Amino acid sequence: MSEIQHLQPSMSADFDSRNLDWYIDRIVQSLVFIAGISAIIFIIGIFVFITMEGFGFLLEDFTFREFFLSPFWEPSDEDAPEYGILALVAGTASVTGLAMVVAIPFSLGAAIFIGEFATGKLRESLKVLVELLAAIPSVVWGFIGLSIMNPLIIDLFDVPVGLNVLNAGIILGLMAAPIMTSIAEDALKAVPDRYREAAEALGATRWQVIFKTVLPAAKNGLLGAVLLGVGRGFGETMAVLMATGHAVNIPSSLFDPVRALTATIAAELGETAVGSPHYQALFTIGIFLFIITFLINLSADLIVRGIRKG
Amino acid sequence: MFAESALNVRNKRVQNLYRILFLMMTVLLVIPVIIILSTLIAKGGSIISIDFLFTDPTNGMTAGGIFPALLGTVWIVAVALLASVPLGVAAAIYLNEYAGDNWFTRMIQLAIINLAGVPSIVHALFGVGAFVIFFGFGTSILAASLTLAIMTLPVVIVSTRESLRAVPQAFREACWNMGATRWQTIKRVVLPNAVSGILTGVILEVSRTTGETAPIMFTGAAFFLPFLPQSVFDQTMALSLHLFVVATQVPGVPENLPYGVALVLIAMVLLMNSISIAFRMYLRGKKKW
Amino acid sequence: MVDMSLTAAVPETVVESAVESPIKLQVSDVTIKYSATPALSGVNLSVHEHEIFGIIGPANAGKTSFLKALNRMDTFNSNMTVEGQIHFNGLDIHNLRNIYALRSRIGVVFPLPVGLPLTIYENVALSPRLRGINNKGDLDIIVERCLTRAALWDEVKDRLNSLGSLLSGGQQQRLTIARALSQEPDLLMLDEFSIAVDPVTTMRIEDVLKELKKDMTIILVTNLVQQARRLADRTAFFLEGQCVEIGITEDLFTGEVEDQRTRDYVEGKFG
Repeated sequence: MSEIQHLQPSMSADFDSRNLDWYIDRIVQSLVFIAGISAIIFIIGIFVFITMEGFGFLLEDFTFREFFLSPFWEPSDEDAPEYGILALVAGTASVTGLAMVVAIPFSLGAAIFIGEFATGKLRESLKVLVELLAAIPSVVWGFIGLSIMNPLIIDLFDVPVGLNVLNAGIILGLMAAPIMTSIAEDALKAVPDRYREAAEALGATRWQVIFKTVLPAAKNGLLGAVLLGVGRGFGETMAVLMATGHAVNIPSSLFDPVRALTATIAAELGETAVGSPHYQALFTIGIFLFIITFLINLSADLIVRGIRKG
Repeated sequence: MFAESALNVRNKRVQNLYRILFLMMTVLLVIPVIIILSTLIAKGGSIISIDFLFTDPTNGMTAGGIFPALLGTVWIVAVALLASVPLGVAAAIYLNEYAGDNWFTRMIQLAIINLAGVPSIVHALFGVGAFVIFFGFGTSILAASLTLAIMTLPVVIVSTRESLRAVPQAFREACWNMGATRWQTIKRVVLPNAVSGILTGVILEVSRTTGETAPIMFTGAAFFLPFLPQSVFDQTMALSLHLFVVATQVPGVPENLPYGVALVLIAMVLLMNSISIAFRMYLRGKKKW
Repeated sequence: MVDMSLTAAVPETVVESAVESPIKLQVSDVTIKYSATPALSGVNLSVHEHEIFGIIGPANAGKTSFLKALNRMDTFNSNMTVEGQIHFNGLDIHNLRNIYALRSRIGVVFPLPVGLPLTIYENVALSPRLRGINNKGDLDIIVERCLTRAALWDEVKDRLNSLGSLLSGGQQQRLTIARALSQEPDLLMLDEFSIAVDPVTTMRIEDVLKELKKDMTIILVTNLVQQARRLADRTAFFLEGQCVEIGITEDLFTGEVEDQRTRDYVEGKFG
């Protein structure tokens, strides 16, 4: 009892009262929380809005069989419009596939060189170059496909038109390579140095260390890099619109023109009436693209996260 | 003895071969940039002049300059930044300074990764459905900029978060120990030491926003407009879309015109990226702790 | 203002006291855990106003965790839980409406000095500014007084605008002390402050602490038993997460001890 009476209540009072700073802190916390969840809101928003716009088509004209299995995309046929995306999927897949054939060896090779061989200034400058390569806008890449690659392919392979799977695949490969390089390099960097030291202590040479130790240890990260490259290829719009030739076609050779899912939306959305079946069908392609890229990004993230944990 | 050293020599040779192989691959990756840049300069350099930058296109866009497109890009980028920088910085502050390490935070991170991974044309569809139609902005700078803002939000969040993370935890704890609230700590110690890193990310975002085409095609950018935008509710021309238009949509364009447009666009983008990279390197050399 | 509920919360058993001043800090049955692992268990002690209360003990005894609990740093570490009751100025610190105000009245100096990436001047002016003091003249006075007390003024008075985070380790430690003093704390807690400081400066700071005792209560965690002997009125001995003994400091060295381990420790038989 006696001690309590000696206390100075005035001194302790402020512990039990909230001042302006306390409230400001709370308000800021709420505001940044809203900003923090905005990414979730936007992802849900994207799905909700494109589904809303494409919903009429999904209810009325959509049949799973026609949409996914028909190679005919003829939405403007007045008598019997047909909404089959098979040829568009084939177009996207062929271009993306070729892009990966181009990008995987080069980006992996570049990542190994930058991560395992290059040092100092050389390493820094290569990384800067790769970063600049990644910054070139896709419409510029499309223009390059159209104006530089196109005549080049016509000359080299003696074909009438140079806008085809080959052209778009190479362009897309060059676009995806820088991103894949930097993610692959991160994956190599994540392999602890003691792995390398242990292998070197056993007498392995540099390339043996890389092939037998570093690459196997980094394989999840490398797979994640490839998946993100695939996602990029699937979603790329302007470059494939300009470089593929834009013809609905299931390709049988590298020199066939094709049309991609994304390019179809970009080319046709401006010419359709809001709310028409064609307009809604384009949004339905959007839903399909959203789901596919969502799944690709999700699995890439899970795989990359896997290595960090392990 | 001899056998072993022979093996060593062989191994050395193989190692050198691999080294050269990987170097070649890296060089092959980088060479296209050089080829592309030199072709653009060779074919488009002749058209670039002050006049080209500051006059209107004439003769059905087959002649004249690119001024309305240039100005439109500035409009779109500026409005997009106004929306995405505060939002992105705040989101990064939440993630780095307030959020715990739990499933909810992981959900947000996953959403950010996916926001960056959604195809640009899907962002365009979202922009049409949400901003043009639902919120009634029509095809306008506002709709186009908001679409781009959401699309490039991950760039701001990720770069801001990285610069916040670079501020040592000990500084925050020292402040908290003195009775500073979290916000006082952020305002007085964390943000001042992260602001230059955030700026680097913002420049990077400007570069990204400048080059994007698909998201603005149906939300606010027009092929050709005879007037300049007066407010954010107007449509505008944009440099990236202008390149697409003169390269594919307009017949009878002289060859050097699209090259010139492409050169201006790529120069803007690469310049801003280089500034961002140079700034980052400068900051790395100038540590405060 | 003297609230009856506070009286009820304070246990009746009064720990043996050498000082006849009122109780500043009452710690009742406090256990600190990280996840499920206890760092300190069942501590009962009280600290009186205007005393220097020493805490000695080897590494991992729970000394630093104890200080963190007093400053409510458990709110920043989701693994850390504090059970039991801590009363500061008679108020239960786990039921405060504004723990920032509590922290602003408690100055802490940790073993590893942290100079904030602000100028030396702003390092010391930060706490007054947080309290709303922005007048340049007032701040100048506070900065000079605190730096002088922390035995740093003479070395830095000509470069108050250079970065505090770039000072040497020993200077940063004194800057940290100056910063703690700028809080005008009720309670000053020092955790092995002399680790980063040379012996001469340590002696100067020790003299300052003796002076400061008139204005505040001090808890001195130290790994140097002789430092505790020089400064502390009473001292607690922590060992392996237990508070082994609390007594008048001199008694631990020369008088009766309850636990032989205390005497063994102060005589340097283990540590």
